[in-house]
Amino acid sequence: MIRLFWRDITLAFRSGGGFGLGLGFFLILVTLVPFGVGPNGEMLSAIAPGILWVGALLACLLSLDRIFALDFEDGSLDLLATAPIPLEGVVAMKAFAHWITTGLPLVIAAPALGLLLHLDSAAYRWLIVTLLIGTPALSFIGAFGAALTVGLKRGGLLLSLLVLPLYIPTLIFGAEVVRRGAGGFLVGTPLAMQAGITAGAVALLPFAAAAAIRVALR
Amino acid sequence: MAINWNAFWEWANPRKFMWWTDRALPYFAVLAAVIFTSGLVWGFFFTPDDYRQGATVKIFYIHVPSAMMAINIWAMMLVASLIWIVRRHHVSALAAKSAAAIGMTMTLIALFTGAIWGKPMWGTYWEWDPRLTSFLILLLFYLGYMALWEAIDNPDTAADLTSVLCLVGSVFAILSRYAVLFWNQGLHQGASLSMDAEENVADVYWYPALVAIVGFVLLFVTLVLLRTRTEIRARRLHALEMRERAQQ
Repeated sequence: MIRLFWRDITLAFRSGGGFGLGLGFFLILVTLVPFGVGPNGEMLSAIAPGILWVGALLACLLSLDRIFALDFEDGSLDLLATAPIPLEGVVAMKAFAHWITTGLPLVIAAPALGLLLHLDSAAYRWLIVTLLIGTPALSFIGAFGAALTVGLKRGGLLLSLLVLPLYIPTLIFGAEVVRRGAGGFLVGTPLAMQAGITAGAVALLPFAAAAAIRVALR
Repeated sequence: MAINWNAFWEWANPRKFMWWTDRALPYFAVLAAVIFTSGLVWGFFFTPDDYRQGATVKIFYIHVPSAMMAINIWAMMLVASLIWIVRRHHVSALAAKSAAAIGMTMTLIALFTGAIWGKPMWGTYWEWDPRLTSFLILLLFYLGYMALWEAIDNPDTAADLTSVLCLVGSVFAILSRYAVLFWNQGLHQGASLSMDAEENVADVYWYPALVAIVGFVLLFVTLVLLRTRTEIRARRLHALEMRERAQQ
């Protein structure tokens, strides 16, 4: 399983692996927003928490179909399913690798992009903390969505339709933490709720995703 | 007296299902039509206007039942999906599929009548109130569920995957409901726009509403039986076509 994890990481970093795609998308989105809403600093700092969270969510969505689709096409998913390791573990490892290659870069890049949006200085800490806690949930929920659509010809658009509603609670609590952090309020409750969602998604969704993959491979 | 559960499950056999729905459907249809119409007619023409809302209060008789159905149909789909996963009754999976479109329509009706009602009462068609937002999210869940059914060719695969989606989706739908409640109380205090109608509505309005709700439930039962019959026929037709192609 560890080797599978490193294999996924290596594949993502190689050319054509799609590493950095999400990061580039995040950068472009944050650059476009001021053009859309105007360069007014006060307004930008008011909407910055939401924009950063929505941007991270969309950037994460962009690379979801790569989790299983390539392995499904070249048949390695069949081999993994018959391998002597549980399919749930395979799913968890692949989702974790997806988080390392997509979620973690977003967490590291977010403060720099927050600067572009005049994010309130008190909120940086909470932006990093909440992204660090919340993005694993995005990867694991996304892996479930990717598992549902793995055998489909045009799964990409369907994948976003299925996954985006599932992202709503994570987004609400994540953006709320940053907004409260910027305003100097207590952030404990939404942060705990978000940590709960992440813990639940990491613990339970690999089972649902593995069930979906077994159906798709049948 | 012990209930014979095996006899209960027998009714889900496709052939038996077709047999009893063929006989029961006309009764359901007539009963639904009568109660639905009488509830609405009673509500629209034989209740006094509200002293503050005037005649606009009458949209209540469509808005409340459709909103209740929108949520309950999702719950019915959840039960049907569970039955499909555990007992693999094809009728159950097809009933869930048939119910989804009706549930989505009910959600749309609730949203639209709410918007029409909201304009004269609140001065706005749309407000990011927790209840309204939850219904918009529910609509997205219905859309995703139906899109997944449409996207998969093999009916058994589709039934399996949509059932899993329905189970996971239910958890997230409830989660979203509470997250949305939290979100709107978070920073924007503001006046609460949601109305707990059941608590303060007068009996004059409540009885016709109750009739309308029963009418909506019967309408749903009729439609879901009809649509499930159509799905079963479509499945049989598909099987016949496949057999014919295999013989050639």
